[in-house]
Amino acid sequence: MNKLTFRTDNCKGCGLCVDVCPKKVLALAEDVINKKGHHPVTAVNPEACIACAFCATMCPDCIIEVEKGV
Amino acid sequence: MEKKVLMKGNEAIAEAAIRAGCRHYFGYPITPQTEIAAYMAKRMPKIGGTFLQAESEIAAINMVYGVASAGLRVMTSSSSPGVSLKGEGLSYLAGADLPALVVNVQRGGPGLGGIQPSQSDYFQATRGAGHGDFHMIVLAPASVQEMAELTVKAFDLADKYRMTSMLLADGTMGQMMEPVALDDLKISPMPEKPWATTGTKMERKRNIINSLSLVPEELEQFNFARYEKYAEIERTEAAAEEYRMEDAEICVAAFGIASRVSRNAVDAARELGIKVGMIRPITLWPFPAEPFKRSLSTVKKYISVELNMGQMIEDVRLATECRRPVTLCNRAGGMIPTPEQVLEAIKAAANGGEQ
Amino acid sequence: MVVFKKPHALSDVPLHYCPGCTHGIVHRLVAEVIDELGIEGKTIGIAPVGCSVMAYNYFECDMIEAAHGRAPAVATGVKRANPDNIVFTYQGDGDLASIGTAETVHSAARNENITVIFINNAIYGMTGGQMAPTSLPGQVTQTSPYGRDVNLCGYPVKICEMLAQLDGPEYLERVTVNNVKQIKNAKRAIKKAFQNQIDGKGFSLIEVISSCPTNWGMTPQAALKWIDEKMIPYYPLGVYKDRSAEKKGDEQ
Repeated sequence: MNKLTFRTDNCKGCGLCVDVCPKKVLALAEDVINKKGHHPVTAVNPEACIACAFCATMCPDCIIEVEKGV
Repeated sequence: MEKKVLMKGNEAIAEAAIRAGCRHYFGYPITPQTEIAAYMAKRMPKIGGTFLQAESEIAAINMVYGVASAGLRVMTSSSSPGVSLKGEGLSYLAGADLPALVVNVQRGGPGLGGIQPSQSDYFQATRGAGHGDFHMIVLAPASVQEMAELTVKAFDLADKYRMTSMLLADGTMGQMMEPVALDDLKISPMPEKPWATTGTKMERKRNIINSLSLVPEELEQFNFARYEKYAEIERTEAAAEEYRMEDAEICVAAFGIASRVSRNAVDAARELGIKVGMIRPITLWPFPAEPFKRSLSTVKKYISVELNMGQMIEDVRLATECRRPVTLCNRAGGMIPTPEQVLEAIKAAANGGEQ
Repeated sequence: MVVFKKPHALSDVPLHYCPGCTHGIVHRLVAEVIDELGIEGKTIGIAPVGCSVMAYNYFECDMIEAAHGRAPAVATGVKRANPDNIVFTYQGDGDLASIGTAETVHSAARNENITVIFINNAIYGMTGGQMAPTSLPGQVTQTSPYGRDVNLCGYPVKICEMLAQLDGPEYLERVTVNNVKQIKNAKRAIKKAFQNQIDGKGFSLIEVISSCPTNWGMTPQAALKWIDEKMIPYYPLGVYKDRSAEKKGDEQ
């Protein structure tokens, strides 16, 4: 299983990670508002993650850590 | 036995800077100070230093900012119009608390003005070199020997207080040749600079050189702290020469080339029995107010002799708290007052009686 | 196995940039390169005036904040003072291509051994979206409300093309960061620009076509698309000068 860790407080909810994910793992949490006032990213489909790290590569705020085969 | 060499004022500045440990010079050609750049261009490559002719005065002062950030002794030199261009950099150096030496060999202005000597950048040097609340230490040499000595002192003070020193000379001082005893210069070692940006070597937290502060409460505190430092400098570093002031009833105030002219006039007036002396500020900021205050016990009139339309005269009035009349004896636009002109001013003051 | 994490050279503080602004991506790429080359301890970064004015907060190496447009001059001073330091500037288009044009051109002409990261997003971001020297013809900004009229305010400045005319600079490349493939390519270019400095080759400038969703008035996603549709046709990607490669070519 691969693991995604988010520094949720620093997320600005731009959604670039959501769009780039080839496996539709991510979504913005519409029901959550973080410290900055944004809907932060969350893994809605974590088991589909292939640890390609496209999300982390696109993230302008470097809030995503990706681990493979945890 | 002290060995003396005949040098131009501009060359004395350059040689003294090298002896003070300055190995980085950045400049842009402008009359009447280009000998400094020429001297550095010749010497720096031979001693492992940097001479770089920058694309502009603005670039030169920012290269100075870079070397100062790295914690090394660094200088630039220019003349009046060029110093105006450096104004932005001078403000940033002050805001980032960086030590550096800037030499202004003044010429007549405003605008492009002329290339003859002037003291018309007094306000710029002592009050408004750039935007924001700040001062530079401003030193005014009156001989080629002092050009050398004050260059060394300017580096020492800059490092001691983490601020810019300006050597404020003029075209005459820069071009004048006099014997100089360079081996007598007292060179003190440069202090440690733990704040400098030389790389963390992964051994310490990063250093940041910066003048930006978006929180007004913080920026206010930075200004307060800087002005506490300035107050200490005003208490301890103000310097002046007092000449024949013991019983003086008339006091000539003059710095730089104007003081050399005035000295002759004071001597001539003394021959005529006029009780006149001279206070020659060596630091223009901080202005040496104390000898002026002390002189109030005997002096009835002050004459400010300047190569401008009357700038230092304001500091003379402030130092004497306007308790005595202060008159101006001046030439401008590159002209220099003659000893005769100053003598006439002294005689007029003496004949005018008490007010 | 960790396949992606924050590079050490990037400070652990939230960036002040707007949501979806690609400044953050470029910051991270620079930090990754510093990590991979093992140069954090001897690197000095120079931040400009503009959106990246606070970049000094975002890197763990020693940092200097410079006056508007003057970063290459400050970098010249730092590098001449300590040639063993690795010195980079990080500048926007207003800083590098307008108020600091002289410093840019002359540090390139001197082949000053520094690395310049140039963010071209065709707008002044920090002051709220005014016309930049790189704003496209017809581009609507706060100070070109009817679109950039080239008859009134001239044409955009193409920095890579312009500097490529000089004999001085070692390396000039234009990249973008609007998708994963381009980001990987941008990182390769940035790494080369730092490696050139380590190897003593001289002035390397990487122009990064970036987005400014806020001042372009677009979603972050639409802004990335606008890079492909509008920016890149005007500012073609690629290597504009590679002196070492040219030299090699001559020898063959």
